[in-house]
Amino acid sequence: MIELENVAYSYGGGELLSDISLKLAPGSFHFLTGPSGAGKTTLLKLCYGALLPTAGHVRLFGADVRGLDRDDIAIIRRRVGVVHQDVQFLDHLDVSDNVSLPLTVSGRHAEAAGGDLGELMSWVGLTNRANALPPELSGGERQRAALARAVIMSPDVVLADEPTGNVDWDMSQRLLRLLIELNKMGKTVLIATHDLSLIRATKAHVQARVLRIANRRIQLAGADL
Amino acid sequence: MRFDLSNLRAVFAGDRHADRVVPPSGYTAQLTLFAAAAMAFLAVFALALSLAAGRLADRWGEELARSATIRIVAPRDQRAAQTAAALRILETTKGVASARALSDAEQQALLAPWFGEGLALDTLPIPRLIEVVEDATGIDPAGLRLRLSAEVPGAVLDDHARWRAPLVDTARGLRMLAWLCIALIGAAVAAMITLAANAALAANAQVIAVLRLVGARDDYIAQAFIRRFTLRALAGAGVGTALGLVAILALPTAGPRTGFLTGLGYQGAHWILPLLIPVLAGIVAFVATRAAARRTLKELA
Repeated sequence: MIELENVAYSYGGGELLSDISLKLAPGSFHFLTGPSGAGKTTLLKLCYGALLPTAGHVRLFGADVRGLDRDDIAIIRRRVGVVHQDVQFLDHLDVSDNVSLPLTVSGRHAEAAGGDLGELMSWVGLTNRANALPPELSGGERQRAALARAVIMSPDVVLADEPTGNVDWDMSQRLLRLLIELNKMGKTVLIATHDLSLIRATKAHVQARVLRIANRRIQLAGADL
Repeated sequence: MRFDLSNLRAVFAGDRHADRVVPPSGYTAQLTLFAAAAMAFLAVFALALSLAAGRLADRWGEELARSATIRIVAPRDQRAAQTAAALRILETTKGVASARALSDAEQQALLAPWFGEGLALDTLPIPRLIEVVEDATGIDPAGLRLRLSAEVPGAVLDDHARWRAPLVDTARGLRMLAWLCIALIGAAVAAMITLAANAALAANAQVIAVLRLVGARDDYIAQAFIRRFTLRALAGAGVGTALGLVAILALPTAGPRTGFLTGLGYQGAHWILPLLIPVLAGIVAFVATRAAARRTLKELA
């Protein structure tokens, strides 16, 4: 599905990631952890084609990312839902329009206005906030709206970058439950987080593989988690 | 980003969903409309100037090319005989459709603007003028001069070439200048639209990032901007053209003996030409915005 083979990424003369190999199998659940600045966000961006590796190969659904043009990447992003660390919305559109944006840009306008949107808004608990503008939302509401937007196209993979970074414990548990539900629906989930308590809380509900980035390389985390 | 007719169709077909993803730009939109209208207004006049100059060049070229004048400069007692001799030569000259000596009254009328009415021609050494009208083949000026110099020593042939050429050249130059103005107006519209589109794209870099994150293709993003600027240029130029045509219609006319300035307008089928100005403005805006969008989207990738 998403495969990184001996990937390195350099920026500004320094190597951020080195010799990274990773395979996200269908239906798997992964945590990516490591200290701030370790390269978690960079690795996630490599996983959805926002960055190109400086060495090695990134294959998205079987296609080497170097052989893809911007339109190909755009099509692939419809199969990869992304929840960004700094959630980005179009502030002039209301929440429901923002959530349905992936459908809109794919020309699926009817679905964008259909009942599935209502169900999705209900699933993330934002039915009453559907007509609010993004700046009016709290941190937790923004994260849930971002999650709804990430899954509205029923993607094969969901990538979440510090999805609980700006919310309290209860809200982070609520978001986590939503991500676990998605995994149980067969979606591949990769969560980048430095919050180890989140990982421990998850282990009781789902079999998750925990990866740690340290010294520019990726390694399977030990039993200390 | 590939170009095909569907790009152009999409501009007019519209997509209200796509239109909404780019935030409205209010003030910039008004400026774009105004600039397009002003440019179209100027283009209407430049086009009218070009067409009028073209008509003038054609008229001068045609009318003066088919006529010549012979002056008989001879002592008073020989003038009539030499005039008659010149007319006989002209009767047998190839390319002459008709030739006649101007009467005293006609010569008096020609001189009236300079000397006033009631000029006594018989008191002045005024040469006799012969008006020669050429047929389609035209005369051979060099050959005619040779014959006249042999038989009519006082005859001087003026085939108008000496002063016709600069007049026609001036009119043609004026026409070229007007076309240059139209081209400059088109380039100014392209520059203005490019600047406005670049500003809009730069101001919406965050919007573009979000659209890309959710899987929007470059064509989709570009189309939202292209449609907006093309329609603005089209609407602005439409208003400017309409106002320009009203202004042209309001220009005074002074009848058939009028000069160049009072003939500055459209005639016949030429009235269709200014209607193309908004279409051209739309095409220029389409191309300029598309190029700006392609460049910016590549830079932002």
